[in-house]
Amino acid sequence: MTRAGARNLLLHGAVLVLLFALNFVLPEYHRGILSRVMVLAVFAMGYNLAFGYTGLLSLGHAMFFAAGLYGAGLTIYHLGWSVWPAFGAGLLAGGVVAAAIGFLALRTTGVAFMIVTLMFAQVFYLGTLYFTTYTRGEEGLILPQASRKLELPGAELILTDPAVRYMTALTLFAAVLVGIFLLVRSSFGRALVAIRENEERMRMLGYDVFANKLLAMIVSGVICAAAGAAYAVLFGYVGSGFAAIQYSILPLLWVLLGGAATTLGPLIGTLFMFYVIDIASGLTRAHLLVVGIALILVVLYFPKGIAGTIRERWLRWLQ
Amino acid sequence: MAFGPYFLLATLEGLVTAAVLALTALGLSLVFGVMRVVNVAHGEFYMLGAVLAWWLASLVSGHPAIGFLLALIVSPLLVAAVAFLAERLVLSRLKYEPEATIVATIGLLYIIQQLALTFYGPEARPVRAPFDMRIALPWFGYSAYKLSVIGMAVLLMLATWILLTRTKIGLLMRATQSDRETALAFGIPVGRVYAGVFALGAGLAAVAAVLIVPTQQAHYLMGLDPLLLSFIVVIIGGLGSLRGTLVAALLIGLSDGIISMFFSPTLAKMLATLLVALVLVFRPQGLFGTAMR
Repeated sequence: MTRAGARNLLLHGAVLVLLFALNFVLPEYHRGILSRVMVLAVFAMGYNLAFGYTGLLSLGHAMFFAAGLYGAGLTIYHLGWSVWPAFGAGLLAGGVVAAAIGFLALRTTGVAFMIVTLMFAQVFYLGTLYFTTYTRGEEGLILPQASRKLELPGAELILTDPAVRYMTALTLFAAVLVGIFLLVRSSFGRALVAIRENEERMRMLGYDVFANKLLAMIVSGVICAAAGAAYAVLFGYVGSGFAAIQYSILPLLWVLLGGAATTLGPLIGTLFMFYVIDIASGLTRAHLLVVGIALILVVLYFPKGIAGTIRERWLRWLQ
Repeated sequence: MAFGPYFLLATLEGLVTAAVLALTALGLSLVFGVMRVVNVAHGEFYMLGAVLAWWLASLVSGHPAIGFLLALIVSPLLVAAVAFLAERLVLSRLKYEPEATIVATIGLLYIIQQLALTFYGPEARPVRAPFDMRIALPWFGYSAYKLSVIGMAVLLMLATWILLTRTKIGLLMRATQSDRETALAFGIPVGRVYAGVFALGAGLAAVAAVLIVPTQQAHYLMGLDPLLLSFIVVIIGGLGSLRGTLVAALLIGLSDGIISMFFSPTLAKMLATLLVALVLVFRPQGLFGTAMR
């Protein structure tokens, strides 16, 4: 392994160890926030794969998150499934939706791609409102406490317990981080970056651009669905709000802020934005105002995001 | 009521929707046509127009027509000024790079929406119509104001058309649209033209909102539907095509009025959005115009 590779490995390992240690030192309130941030950072990492690495600016990723959320939530609530198969149903739902949407939307590029993904996501959102008998629309479903248990060989984890919840979120986060870390170093990951940089050249070199982009969309969709499904079982609430446009914009903001096409950027961006909103909501109830101003400031003065700027200025080896 | 009159009512309602929608979509189409900017905050300019109309109308007492006229003139100007500032301060600095401008206009959307919530509040409030008259049809009475909305919208569209095709300003806009580089080489102040177009687009949305606000109430979340519908109209009509925008607005407005009389509005919206997304996938040039790339 190269020196840069070793440094990256060390850094990512250190971040995971730090997150593990924080479980034992953080006060209850901040541990709760961090559990949520880790799950949503998984969502952002999934988005980053499509937007940061492949250059697909989707405005509809809320539908993949919500597909996972509803895939897990509805099977638990209505069919009484246990957490493992419900989580699987969430992943499957996300994968199927991403494959279908990718197959259609990837025929377009640029602005048309953004609008098409936005519209499909809006259809999905309206769908969650329309089938209100099952989803209860905006009001949403509260998953029963008794169903939120994770069965492991020889043990049963009660997901409503804060420490267990933190560790489960961390496990998911670590698994996805390692997965993305390996993926972007693989030939597939390099092909995606090359497609982002010059699609025509990749086509000339004989790569099947459409198939690569479609696969990127599906992997991205499944990761986002994993975040959604985990959110449903960890926090026990499933509602239409998570399918609304706002939840397509938020991962974009987190990734832009943290640094697109960096592996740790999504975590940094999500964490930063969570605390900005947390602090701002002490001063004003208008937290969307903060989101709006942050979006504009980031694109105006900070287009590479936090991790992207660190990479550009100081740590050239940062992955 | 028998089917015939019911259908007539739906058609009238559809025509009013279409008239307002055509104005709103025209603004969006102009901005995209000339600047190549997808303005996601367009719906918020519409909302801002309606909210300001309520505020302006509440300032004056006396006959409701005075308040309405004041709103009709001042509110679009104020909204255009806001848009002008946003263009100069943000969009021009982003060099109109498509992805950055979309993100920035999303930011603008949130800012305007939250400011409206903070200063105007979560209530829905109406503006009184300038006159209160009903035209008695054999089956039902129909608001004369709603009919006049159609007339005013047509007049405003004519005015825009004259501005674009018969004046120097319009010439500058069209020159910038067809070739930015050459326009710049010929000494056209492209930056100021862009700012003007952005302001004009926002003003059109605001004027549409002022027209509709006596029949629908002003609310801080009212911008989303016109935004999506305008997207739909602009995509179906083909971007930058004035005639296409008009035909598509008629088509969408009428079918929206008629469909939502007979089906659940959520289902109607779902199907319409899905259909348009598919049009964009399989026929990106729209039904009339040129591709959106």
